[in-house]
Amino acid sequence: MDEILEILEKDCRTTSEEIAKMLKKKPAEVKKAVSKYEKDGVILKYKAVINRELVRDSDNEVRALIEVNLIPQKDVGFDKIAERIYQFPEVSSCYLLSGTYDLLLIVRGKDIHTVSRFISEKLSPMENVRGVVTHFLLKKYKEDGVVLKQKEDDKRIAISY
Amino acid sequence: MNKNIVATKVEQMQPSGIRVFFDLVLGMKDVISLGVGEPDFVTPWQIREAGITSLEEGFTSYTSNKGLYKLRLSISRYLKNKYGLEYSPDDEILVTVGVSEGIDLVLRTIVNPGDKILVPQPGYVSYGPVTELAGGIPVYIDTSKDGFKLTPENISRCIDKRTKGIILNYPVNPTGVSYTRKELEAIKKVLLKHDILCISDEIYGDLTYDFEHVSFPSLSGAKENTVYFNGFSKSFAMTGWRVGYACGPKAVIDAMTKIHQYTIMCVPITSQMAACEALQTGKRSVEEMKREYKRRREFVFSELNRIGFTCSKPQGAFYAFASVKKTGMHCMDFAKKLLEEQKVAVVPGTAFGGQFKDFVRISYASSFDNLKEAFSRMAACMADIRR
Repeated sequence: MDEILEILEKDCRTTSEEIAKMLKKKPAEVKKAVSKYEKDGVILKYKAVINRELVRDSDNEVRALIEVNLIPQKDVGFDKIAERIYQFPEVSSCYLLSGTYDLLLIVRGKDIHTVSRFISEKLSPMENVRGVVTHFLLKKYKEDGVVLKQKEDDKRIAISY
Repeated sequence: MNKNIVATKVEQMQPSGIRVFFDLVLGMKDVISLGVGEPDFVTPWQIREAGITSLEEGFTSYTSNKGLYKLRLSISRYLKNKYGLEYSPDDEILVTVGVSEGIDLVLRTIVNPGDKILVPQPGYVSYGPVTELAGGIPVYIDTSKDGFKLTPENISRCIDKRTKGIILNYPVNPTGVSYTRKELEAIKKVLLKHDILCISDEIYGDLTYDFEHVSFPSLSGAKENTVYFNGFSKSFAMTGWRVGYACGPKAVIDAMTKIHQYTIMCVPITSQMAACEALQTGKRSVEEMKREYKRRREFVFSELNRIGFTCSKPQGAFYAFASVKKTGMHCMDFAKKLLEEQKVAVVPGTAFGGQFKDFVRISYASSFDNLKEAFSRMAACMADIRR
């Protein structure tokens, strides 16, 4: 992978000037590369990773992992039905998997009732959905490579040879 | 207590002149330290996990003095793959408590009273004192006029008939300087001509950025005249595990093992088990860390020169040796000012040889966020001095 992407994936606040210094390029060159990545859809979005457990004033949020069994459609397979499902704002992630079920959804809602309602009223009744199994999420330890824990202090001695 | 309790030899050892400065740093809170001589990464998890597993499985005993056979075998294969070096795991490799122990062992092994050891300066702090403890005389080679590099000329000038060995350390702590094959070949010629043993400390070898690291004993004809040192501390971020190794001719390794068996017995088994894992699965982590250091190096090099230091580009390790001459200040005063007013710690150059009073060592084993903040504070300090 291009090092520009590696740097931005680690910290998207890194400016083009800083990246240019790190990679010995011209800032304009980096800017151009980044714009191209944005235009081509390689870079889709810049966002912060938030540990919601520490956000006291936010609405409590419930997450569920839902296994969905589908009846594939002629010609388009799973794509069309997947699209109908992932368009719901409650669905935060949607993956097609190999194995005993087809789609894995991560669904968010402000409480267990909202999520349940989504499943029973929206998801289950869809005509190509054969069945669902819902797992409510109890605790998150790590997400997308980030451990959901406050950064620990540097354990090294502050000065050494 | 007898007031002569401390032996004369130790009594006369120069206490490090910058101990006081170190204490100042350690006593201060919220300092951004660019004075750390070890990686800011934690040991990769699979390596830590191997250590934990070894404890769970009850590996808590001594190992063979030379180190676990499987570790020596892995080291042997690693060196073969990486540099084409052939060291037998049976009698040409010794696992030591970091390279530090290895250097002590080799000096005690080869030095007769009054023998001379050539020590480049600026250089890592322990070479001289350890030579003295072994009964030898360190002969310091000032490399500052030669771009901080040893050359056939500056080496030849210091050779006499008592010269027994030379410490070659590259990439260099504190300058980040390294050597190309051509430069090493030239050095080799001089050493072979005068039959001087090369003590090659290549602990930062994996962290070489502009060209492939060339291992000294891999040069033709050099192996028989070299004791090669490497370890896990820097490349695998394993400083606290204390594992290094020495490779060399059987006679030297045997002799070093004699001292090692009486003084150390063996390296802790947990660390050795973790080190095995490092060689088996750590390559990717090393590459990742190296890429990160390389990016920081470019940033640090460009920032240093922008804000008024003078610094040539380091080729390896994670240090820059920057001149503060333009400030007109002694490095110790500069470091104190930077610490007290901006809370940024660097190591004064005099730590690496008394004559380097115009230099500070800046370590970029620190996160990019820290480096950015540190450089903005250093820029403020420089602006204040210019005012």
